[in-house]
Amino acid sequence: MGREQISTQELARRIRRHAVEMTSRGGSSHVGAVLSLADIVAVLYGRVLRVRPDEPRWPGRDRFILSKGHAGAGVYAALAETGFFPVEKLRTHYQDGSDLSGHVSHKGIPGVELSTGSLGHGLSVGCGMAYAAKLDGKPHRVFVLLSDGECDEGSNWEAILFAGHHKLDNLVAIVDYNKIQSLDRVSRTLALEPFAEKWQAFGWAVREIDGHDHAALEAALTEIPVEADKPTCVIAHTVKGKGVSFMENTVLWHYRTAKGDELEAALRELEGQP
Amino acid sequence: MRDAFVERLMELAAADPRIMLLTGDLGFGVLVDPTPDGTKPRYAERFPRQYLNVGVAEQNMTGIATGLAMEGRIVFTYSIANFPTLRCLEQVRNDAAYHGANVKVVAIGGGFSYGALGISHHATEDLSIMRSLPDVTVVSPGDVWETQEATSALVETPGTCYLRLDKSVAPPTHADGERFELGRARLIRDGHDLTLIATGGILGEALVAAEDLTMRGIECRVLSMHTIKPFDAEAVVSAARETGGIITIEEHTIHGGLGSAVAEACLDAAALPGAFSRIGLRAGFSSVVGSQQYLRSVYRMDAPAIVRQAETLLGRAT
Repeated sequence: MGREQISTQELARRIRRHAVEMTSRGGSSHVGAVLSLADIVAVLYGRVLRVRPDEPRWPGRDRFILSKGHAGAGVYAALAETGFFPVEKLRTHYQDGSDLSGHVSHKGIPGVELSTGSLGHGLSVGCGMAYAAKLDGKPHRVFVLLSDGECDEGSNWEAILFAGHHKLDNLVAIVDYNKIQSLDRVSRTLALEPFAEKWQAFGWAVREIDGHDHAALEAALTEIPVEADKPTCVIAHTVKGKGVSFMENTVLWHYRTAKGDELEAALRELEGQP
Repeated sequence: MRDAFVERLMELAAADPRIMLLTGDLGFGVLVDPTPDGTKPRYAERFPRQYLNVGVAEQNMTGIATGLAMEGRIVFTYSIANFPTLRCLEQVRNDAAYHGANVKVVAIGGGFSYGALGISHHATEDLSIMRSLPDVTVVSPGDVWETQEATSALVETPGTCYLRLDKSVAPPTHADGERFELGRARLIRDGHDLTLIATGGILGEALVAAEDLTMRGIECRVLSMHTIKPFDAEAVVSAARETGGIITIEEHTIHGGLGSAVAEACLDAAALPGAFSRIGLRAGFSSVVGSQQYLRSVYRMDAPAIVRQAETLLGRAT
């Protein structure tokens, strides 16, 4: 497609801008969740995932599943900016008649492996994909991005047990750990700590990193597996709403939509980055 | 039915390495060799690369099945009663069905197969719930032949399917050379006074009732509606037009299952049967337990109840 090569910092900035604009235009929620994972998704699509935008179903591709489907705008933006479909299509997000639904959908969207939206589904499907790759001796990897609040879902822990038991070292779970879920802080809702230790106890290799540090993200996500015969969990410490000062680290911007002055202020802040 | 299914699946798995069976830790002696010395290898021992016991975790099982199916496999998920359906209904809906994944959900113990185990093990709403899901084929065979042919047919049918098996089984009903077709009701016997439409092993009760009714001067058409979705509306409309009335028979709630589908088909086609009655579970939950046969009798779903209902419907009750 002859598209320009951009840095992951620039890709993350564009994902954030798109997210603010898309959620504002459609009046949809979850902008804070997208800003939280923008750096993770940018590093994945910019540096980590072996994918072919002009051949989205290439059998050798790495599989990426966004299990926190409510942050779908971030993945749509990353796919558009990396050439899977025209950037103009993003304008239809959340609009009448669009296939770019608020929660990520695969139908008609090149590059999306799995439609999600109900939490606690992605990791199980990822386990199935990783198990199939093992059976077939294929080298591709499976990445699943989860939210912290999503780890309340018991189905995730079924999958975490399974992946550890079957030594799925081609499976990577990334947790966007911004410490805020929809109504309150994670620690006050259903505490996850000691979080890393839980994954370790289930047989996973765990890396804890700053989820906004691109070098750290790339390092953690490139050398897979971290430990032989173990699935990898990357706990990415993030800030919900990252990149827009008044959205950062607040419960409010899980659901709130930026309009008018707030929209302009948000876009102005994001213009100045990186 | 269960053994017939596993026998056929083993034949299919031997011929097609894409086939996989996932179990939620159930199938002792059925999927897994029960002997301590390994003298009766079953599916698990014969096809280790095509078998996976995921543990007691049906939500995960269904998600894993979807992932495997997306990578080119034909995946059967196996458990009993409501565990592979209701327990993980959202995984069946969002993961398997919405993605058109080749996942074949198999429930052993339809209806009151496990009647003595209590309501957790009474699968009496599964047909209506599963049939309401888009892009899911729903099959409920009545005899061994239907069970085995349905199993083969599901492998050939793309997308998500549900196979409901129960402990009871009707006597053999197929003719030599007969071809099984999903979505096409089977005419087991013909008559013009009344049509009995049954799904599942309770077909056996319908056949006993039809025989009894013959001696009472009532000739019944008997249809085995082994596929609930897609639904053979044509056979139902013909029955409404060509016979004196319709009785539907299912070991399942009367809400939304076979009887409802038949009523919908008739009204949609403006083909009102001369008489109509649904035999099924009207009581809701059954805190009373017992054998499948006992509970059929208690809830008036057995052959004598069908006979009584037929005579009442035709105004010949004594």
